[in-house]
Amino acid sequence: MRLRDIPITAWIGMAGIAIAFIFAIFAPWLAPYGETQVVGDVWQLPDNQYIFGLDNLGRDILSRLIYGARTTLLVSSAATVISFSLGIILSFTAAVSRGIIDTVFSRFNDLMMSIPTLIFALVVLAVLPQNIVVLILVMAILDSTRVYRLGRAVALDVAVMEFVEAAKLRGEGKLWIIFREILPNTLSPLLAEFGLRFAFSILFLSTLSFLGLGIQPPAADWGGMVKDNKDGIIFGISAALVPGTAIAVLAVCVNLVVDWLLKRTSSLKGGRGDA
Amino acid sequence: MTNPAPSILPGLGLRQRFPLLALILERFVLSLVLLFAVSILIFGGLEALPGDFATTYLGQSATPQAVANIRQDLGLNRPVTTRYVEWLGNAVQGDFGTSWASKNSVSEQIGKRLGNSLFLAGFAAVISVPLAVGLGMLSVHFRNRLPDKIINVISLAAISLPEFFIGYLLILFFAVNLGMATFPATVYDSMGFGERLKAIALPTATLVLVVLAHMMRMTRAAILSVMSSAYMETAELKGLSAFRAIVKHAAPNALAPIINVIALNLAYLVVGVVVVEVVFVYPGMGQYMVDAVTVRDMPVVQACGLIFAAVYIFLNMTADILAIIANPRLRHPR
Repeated sequence: MRLRDIPITAWIGMAGIAIAFIFAIFAPWLAPYGETQVVGDVWQLPDNQYIFGLDNLGRDILSRLIYGARTTLLVSSAATVISFSLGIILSFTAAVSRGIIDTVFSRFNDLMMSIPTLIFALVVLAVLPQNIVVLILVMAILDSTRVYRLGRAVALDVAVMEFVEAAKLRGEGKLWIIFREILPNTLSPLLAEFGLRFAFSILFLSTLSFLGLGIQPPAADWGGMVKDNKDGIIFGISAALVPGTAIAVLAVCVNLVVDWLLKRTSSLKGGRGDA
Repeated sequence: MTNPAPSILPGLGLRQRFPLLALILERFVLSLVLLFAVSILIFGGLEALPGDFATTYLGQSATPQAVANIRQDLGLNRPVTTRYVEWLGNAVQGDFGTSWASKNSVSEQIGKRLGNSLFLAGFAAVISVPLAVGLGMLSVHFRNRLPDKIINVISLAAISLPEFFIGYLLILFFAVNLGMATFPATVYDSMGFGERLKAIALPTATLVLVVLAHMMRMTRAAILSVMSSAYMETAELKGLSAFRAIVKHAAPNALAPIINVIALNLAYLVVGVVVVEVVFVYPGMGQYMVDAVTVRDMPVVQACGLIFAAVYIFLNMTADILAIIANPRLRHPR
């Protein structure tokens, strides 16, 4: 793969993600004001000093946006990484072992997937204590069911190949087969799925925060900022739309990269269609 | 959907005489089993997880005696299995108990709100399904040309937008700036049908926008995969007109995947309704559930969770059954 072959849309996407991460990492240096610092009037309109205006408590929206990038990206990345590791390990174990392990894992996965993710999350968050670790774990476990399904499908394709059989016959253990034989050969579709899950995580976290069940105030988080400022909409104050736009732009950027990865995957397989 | 009469026949005879009916019945029973398992998961899962209504309700400084009293009142000190059997038995008869927070009957509330939610979701479905299938076909027709690319970019953007963002954008534009629509979308019993439609115009538009892109992209993929199959190339090579090739060869084969796409997205609508209802302050199931979750009102959460799951499972089952009917190959699994 050469750099020149990467389409311009994918570059835009990668640039957007990089900018978001830079803001997240260097938030205390880049933000003009503090995360919870009250600097002026409630819903003060944008001017030269406050580019996006002030929020429902008179805090600088730009600063909260930058700090919010931190929370949003941290939680959604952590959830995606955990859900991916969990889903891949379980699905590859199922695909390599077959038999009873496969059946038990897959049926349980079907059961988990028969409840819509958001509904499941609502039910579970109704009993669990509200903190960031619980939130990450709930998101990760619910999302891992989707990873499991894809992981099992691609791993089964590879698991029946001759070189896997050869590895089994020469006495390699399950771990070797999973990490040295199957994983390298399924990396491309899995990478695209990783991006897709990341985009979904960002949207899902924002939705939960918007419903008041995600990140708890006063910590800044993009979905929560929409919730804080939603009452302004009726008075024509668009403060809630700023964090909403941030979520949308980030999700679009991730999807642009995913789109490119998916196209690359299908062309690797030599597919006839371009779907 | 169930026809109880043939099930009196012995299983083998039924399978031979009515293979299609047997398959459908099998799928139906499977869904019931799944629903039963989900009810255990929802009830048992909540029991197994740490966290307790009594302590949340009274706060951290509650005396052990007060906590014990509340548990006694709510019947939480009885064994889990007893409570589960009781809960499920009542739920099947349409009784979901009383809310812990408001002491109202849960079923009564749900009875009012479920209709509202289904009305909203149903109305969104009526608009979005034909639109999505049409646009999907359009984009296949103009494949890789400008209209397809435009549709592709817009749908990619729409997929990335959170529901609440679309909702508030519409509110700001249509309700606040132009004053064309109403917000919040309140509906009440004495409202006429026309008024009701006007009230749900914006929530419906939001839901349509949310599912449209998904549905369209999946329809496009489904049709494309049929169009790029070998028999379509044969049809083209033997000189059939494009129209004839599509109607006679592509459409019957694309039907099953498209039905699947639609059912999947109707199921998605059921979930999308939750967020949209909160945005538009619409008195439906979703808002009821979110409110209950915030105050940890378990009977309401369990009831709503079970109903949402049931609708979801039912839609998936319908999709499978329709796919079996539409695609004879599925009737004879190898």
